[in-house]
Amino acid sequence: MVKVGESALRTDAPEKLTGAAKYIDDRKYPGCLFGATLRTSIAYGRIQKISFDKAFPWKECAVARAADIPGENFVTLIEHDQPLLTEDRVMHPMQPILLVAHKQRHMAYEALKHIRVEYEEQEPVLTIEQSLAKKQVLYGPDNVFKQYLIEKGDLNKGFDQADFVIQGEYRVPHQEQAYIENNGMAAWVKKDGTIMVEGSLQCPYYVHKAMVKIFARPAHKIRIAQAVTGGAFGGKEDYPSIIAAHAALLALKSGKPVKIIYDRHEDMAATTKRHPAIVRHKTGVTKAGKLVAQDIEILMDGGAFTTLSQVVLSRGTLHSTGTYECPNVRVHSRVVATNTPPNGAFRGFGAPQTIFAAELQIEKVAKTIGMDALALRRANIWKPGSITATGQRLQESVGASQCLDICVKNSEYAKKQRQYSRWNSRKANPTWRGIGLALCHHGAGFTGSGEVMLASRAAVSLTKDGWVKILAASTDMGQGANTVFTQIVSHALGLPAELIRVETPDTGLVPNSGPTVASRTTMIIGRILENAAGQLKDDLVKVAGKVPGTRAALKRAADTLCGDEPHRHYETEYQKPADVSWDDKLYRGEAYGVFSYAAIAVDLEIDKLTYEVKLRKVTTAQDIGKAINPCLAKGQIMGGTAQALGYALLEYADFRGGWMRNSQFTNYLIPSFVDTPPMEVILVEQPYSRGPHGAKGLGEMPMDLPAPAVVAALQNAAGVWFDAIPVLPEHICAAFIKTEKLG
Amino acid sequence: MIRFTVNGRKRSFSGHPFKRLIDVLREDLGLTGTKEGCGEGECGACTVLVDGQPMTSCIIPICQMAGRRIETVESLSGAQKLSSLQQSFVKHAGAQCGFCTPGILMTASTSKAKKPEAIRQALAGHLCRCTGYQPIVDSVAAAKKTRRSKP
Repeated sequence: MVKVGESALRTDAPEKLTGAAKYIDDRKYPGCLFGATLRTSIAYGRIQKISFDKAFPWKECAVARAADIPGENFVTLIEHDQPLLTEDRVMHPMQPILLVAHKQRHMAYEALKHIRVEYEEQEPVLTIEQSLAKKQVLYGPDNVFKQYLIEKGDLNKGFDQADFVIQGEYRVPHQEQAYIENNGMAAWVKKDGTIMVEGSLQCPYYVHKAMVKIFARPAHKIRIAQAVTGGAFGGKEDYPSIIAAHAALLALKSGKPVKIIYDRHEDMAATTKRHPAIVRHKTGVTKAGKLVAQDIEILMDGGAFTTLSQVVLSRGTLHSTGTYECPNVRVHSRVVATNTPPNGAFRGFGAPQTIFAAELQIEKVAKTIGMDALALRRANIWKPGSITATGQRLQESVGASQCLDICVKNSEYAKKQRQYSRWNSRKANPTWRGIGLALCHHGAGFTGSGEVMLASRAAVSLTKDGWVKILAASTDMGQGANTVFTQIVSHALGLPAELIRVETPDTGLVPNSGPTVASRTTMIIGRILENAAGQLKDDLVKVAGKVPGTRAALKRAADTLCGDEPHRHYETEYQKPADVSWDDKLYRGEAYGVFSYAAIAVDLEIDKLTYEVKLRKVTTAQDIGKAINPCLAKGQIMGGTAQALGYALLEYADFRGGWMRNSQFTNYLIPSFVDTPPMEVILVEQPYSRGPHGAKGLGEMPMDLPAPAVVAALQNAAGVWFDAIPVLPEHICAAFIKTEKLG
Repeated sequence: MIRFTVNGRKRSFSGHPFKRLIDVLREDLGLTGTKEGCGEGECGACTVLVDGQPMTSCIIPICQMAGRRIETVESLSGAQKLSSLQQSFVKHAGAQCGFCTPGILMTASTSKAKKPEAIRQALAGHLCRCTGYQPIVDSVAAAKKTRRSKP
């Protein structure tokens, strides 16, 4: 048996280390064709004519167009505005127009070159500013997909009490998820008309929901299963629905299995990114460093269709104040339409954007009022009993101060500041050194009433042949969900892990556990499984006197419990805590069941000659309630931290004319082995009474912190201030030219 | 006809001479352990050993492999037992999504680097988006240590 709290080894490690694990492009389907997607080459306008080169052997190909779609030509997610295939209206570059399949991969791509599309082009809307100015109206009356308003206290009264009022504007760019396995799907149609899909995905039931509408089939005639997935980070949350439906449409048209595997260019240029944002702060503060007013405006670029933007904006809005209590707050947020590919989910889901602004604003306030930024944080930090902007009173598991204190101590923050001040005063030294801090909270699980609406289900099943199976739609995309689920169930039953199997997330085999997103898998689904395992345990004890310890004994118990069935499911559903309430209209109440907390210190140096930034060390303390598997938890934190360091210092998606021009690893740079520093991760465990063994969410939070800490450290090192990322060497150079402080 | 060896076995290929090595390995020989991440030699996921040297198989035409010795991730372990390097990756959680892992294992299997900084330099041609790299560095460092103590 593996216990909760042990660093159990990953259940999928051996197959991944030998090359035996079958990702989607590793799977063979007899007679399979290969699909390719013709895409728009303009940002905004209409398709006038599509012509096929008569010299090309089209007889060898299957071609699918919008007219071939049996049901609705919409990808169902929240709104119905994104077509599966463009009919005439072009809303962004890389929008799918039609599909071609051929038995040879290179011929499918070759075919695309023999199709000519003529357009009537219109001036596109490419920025948030152009969208707000209604250069063109792309959505509704004013291009605003969604807006939220949070109000607490009396903002004017707050500013009246303030000794200082400080304003700041912060900008964050697109960010590419850059999972190493590109998106890919395979689809085929069974004799009875059931459409089967396998692929690289996060949320099988999202794909299922979209496909039911597109193919106008009853739910049981569509089946979606996850293949081993090579990373996702939000990037395989909504776009896989499109690829799955494309593959299935070609499979229907050709009568053969069809695989669509994107290459890196197509994946980067066509699929979702993190929303770019502009965040404006106006902060009122007293001489003693007490926050008395926060007026925050958030603008996000949603791209051409609504997709998940309203949910991303919601999370961004709810995290925008930072982890600080303030009596008078107003947050107004909007996400707007532009003629760029739709932005979507990426680890953190709106929070990294607004926390970047909140944390830099704290630095700016501290500098303006002449107070140490650490002292300013401590003076306003959330504690048990604090009331957030939505009126949520923090009850339990509030580890913010503890994270900050541990991080300050372990990073030797104060000592480093003194040391680096001396180092930087010596002109002969080749670098400037600095250390910067950041603090954050991250709401675990779906926002507001989201978990209640999802009503997730999961099951533990006893099979007649003596296995215990975990049935959940939650996917393991590398984070280790299968290992953690096995641990929770093994611990709950007192059963050896070897007797537990995790079923493939396949809509034909597992109940709907909701999407694998929002740092919810361990906390929400883990808890549901723990309850289900408890029911199975009670039954096992009833028939066998205790939980059997061997497969033979389990089989004997199963004989009684399963009767004539091949298995017996113990399925349970999410239980809404009675005292959690949320008002979706007023945006007031318990925004999240609980928050996780983290603090980070980034220690870096700037080369005086090249302005290159070298990260020396990262120290981070993160309160995740309880680490079910400390080794895997630390792996999540280090991985998320590295992605955020890239966000701060390297990753620049070069959008021009609505296109990502650098859709390759050659020039969209993600951190490498040598860009990423050694990391010290301290797990803080302030248990949450409703999480399994006290566990809270963990996956997204590491993404929230590093960017503002990097910028604070750059300022500490060289006295240069940045309010946008990524900070590239040329930006540092430009900042020095501006301040005439050239190395 | 292009002749070469793969994982110690004699192989030949008579298709298009400019077919990429990765496609020959995956499509013609069924060795799907080698992964394609970028198709332009940047991410290192497709790394195999050619005459003992790590090379990105997505940018090598098969015609250049005549007479060469190629090794893929499938060669690293015995039928039942993982190599000490692979075992170390299991113990130190060096693989998360696992997609970059086969390529990293190939380079690491030839590297003599022992100290973390040297291991980072040796593996600098590989991208991983999951781990933040430290678990991989720890896995390789621990494997080198085990190998030293058990000659």
